[in-house]
Amino acid sequence: MLRKSLVLVVLVLLIMSAVALGAEEIIIGLVTPVTGDVATFGMSVRNAALLWEKQVNSRGGIQGRKVKILVEDDKGTPAETANAVSKLISQSKVLMIMGPVTSKCANAGAPIGQANKVPVLTPTATDQAVTAIGDHVFRACFIDPFQGQVMSKFALETLKAKTAAMLYDIGNDYTKGLAENFKKFFEAGGGKVVVSETYGAGESDFSAQLTKIKKANPDVLWLPDYYNTVGLITRQARQLGIKKAVFLGADGWDSPELLPIAGESIEGGFFSNHFFAGSTQPAVVAFVRDYEAAYKSEPDALAALTWDACAIAESALNASIKKVGKLDRAALRDALAATRDAQGVSGKMAFDENRNPIKPAVILEVKNAKFAYKSTINP
Amino acid sequence: MPGGLDISMVVQQLVNGLALGSVYALIALGYTMVYGIVRLINFAHGDIFMLGAYYGYFAITMFKIPFALALPLAMGLAAVTGMAVERLAYKPLRQAPRIASLITAIGVSLLLQNLGLKFFEARPRPYPRIIPMVVWDVGGVVVSNVQLIMLALAIALMVLISLIVYRTKIGKAMRAVSFDKDAARLMGIDADMVIGVTFALGSALAAAGGMLVGFYYNRISPTMGAMYGLKAFVAAVVGGIGIVPGAMLGGLIMGVAEVFVIAFVSSMLKDAIAFAILIVILLFKPAGLLGRAVREKV
Repeated sequence: MLRKSLVLVVLVLLIMSAVALGAEEIIIGLVTPVTGDVATFGMSVRNAALLWEKQVNSRGGIQGRKVKILVEDDKGTPAETANAVSKLISQSKVLMIMGPVTSKCANAGAPIGQANKVPVLTPTATDQAVTAIGDHVFRACFIDPFQGQVMSKFALETLKAKTAAMLYDIGNDYTKGLAENFKKFFEAGGGKVVVSETYGAGESDFSAQLTKIKKANPDVLWLPDYYNTVGLITRQARQLGIKKAVFLGADGWDSPELLPIAGESIEGGFFSNHFFAGSTQPAVVAFVRDYEAAYKSEPDALAALTWDACAIAESALNASIKKVGKLDRAALRDALAATRDAQGVSGKMAFDENRNPIKPAVILEVKNAKFAYKSTINP
Repeated sequence: MPGGLDISMVVQQLVNGLALGSVYALIALGYTMVYGIVRLINFAHGDIFMLGAYYGYFAITMFKIPFALALPLAMGLAAVTGMAVERLAYKPLRQAPRIASLITAIGVSLLLQNLGLKFFEARPRPYPRIIPMVVWDVGGVVVSNVQLIMLALAIALMVLISLIVYRTKIGKAMRAVSFDKDAARLMGIDADMVIGVTFALGSALAAAGGMLVGFYYNRISPTMGAMYGLKAFVAAVVGGIGIVPGAMLGGLIMGVAEVFVIAFVSSMLKDAIAFAILIVILLFKPAGLLGRAVREKV
């Protein structure tokens, strides 16, 4: 009797542990600002991540394990980010951290992940310094200078441009970095930057610089600033009679406000972006459809980048669990670093040796007062 | 510069500079008039300029008022705002040391700018398109109808203000108060009223400048007053602060100098060199280009 019951107990224990083992959840901490100044960014990130959680679980999880995302609000402030990351690691024992969203928060939160050897994957922090924090920090978005490279390639190969002019804000690291990289790659590719002009933040008269540019008569004009300044520049440029130059820009152009400010002057301009919601690629169509069904709004670039981050995480989780048979942070880190062709909405992604993604950029054209897909450029 | 000089480019840059300078001149007039009469550098003036641009913006977009009516309306509203600022912030300090009003002026400037950020939102707004742009190319020099309208409006307003100051009774009263406030008061001039009118006129001009900037550059933002205000203030000083034609001259010089530095030196050094030129001017003419050195009354 005793022996029988003992066997039974052992059996029950075995079954229970087997069930527990099979059901051990993949817990991912998501650090994102759902309140505060950049709450709209944070909400897009959260929405996309939770949509992925739902979809991946309805597919049966990853290697039979369910995914659980714990959302922590960092309010967009670095101090809150540090608290949120510490809490997720020490209390919730997360396998990895997804986020933080902004660069300054990532710079505050990622060192804590690094110190605890917890992989951190930020979907959206573009500052170059973020992934330099350590070998556990990854990102899903391309860094700023990359767009300079992409657009110089586009100018040289697609537009067959020989000469370029640049006009950018001397006081802004974003525009400066883009300008320097555009020049570097454009000239390495055989083109020549004939005029390089600058202005200060908040200025609205560019006529003097543009008059010089007009005289140089370049094939393309590189304007790597945000939409509100770019709109003024293109308008004044066309007004001053700069007709030949094609306007080129980066993701700072991506705003519905660009068109009312620039008017028809921006027609025929091209800019690089992370993603295009109107794309006909199946992955994008499916993502946009599911996102709209869930949240009644079109996904923005932040949502798309988060979707990419989730795709990277999914492929690395898959690989690491397959390899070591359990949830293991070190194995996950190695699998992340070895990511080869994770399929996201922006195409196939891999990491370079600095844990920055190598992924295609989308080139959009301003056409009939709308943004239209032009091409995809692989680095 | 690469490619050497060419006449059409010089003329083009001159046109660019005059367009920019006419806006500085309109704003500089307000600084100079107020300084002339109460010896106060009204730092809030740049923000009145910003408010004027927004008054015009809301008149055109929300109330669908045509530009020709929106301009005087915005000028009127700005005049009222300017008078209110004077009455609430400066008048109680008229007998206080001058530094008190100066610091108050900086405070009012920050107040207006932050109210602007709160109520108008920080994002820059596109200005409504008022008339279709027509561009003429005269021998390589491009001039647009918008530039001409802007220049013409600025000149017309400057002529109007000169007529008011030098040809009307209120203008005479303003000059009298400016010359000697107490003596003017003894002659039966209501000095407070005259000071109020001066603020109103200056603010109206600033509002016109704000609308022209919106009209020409197609973008306004709550912080636009700071840079334009600073440049116009310098223009007023260079022309000789307190002197009406000096403000106009200073504004135009400022605009042309800025553009020429970009054109023939470097856009990176634009402000550095433009301001250095101004310092040199002041070294040789401390009272400004049109100012006469007057010994301080003891």
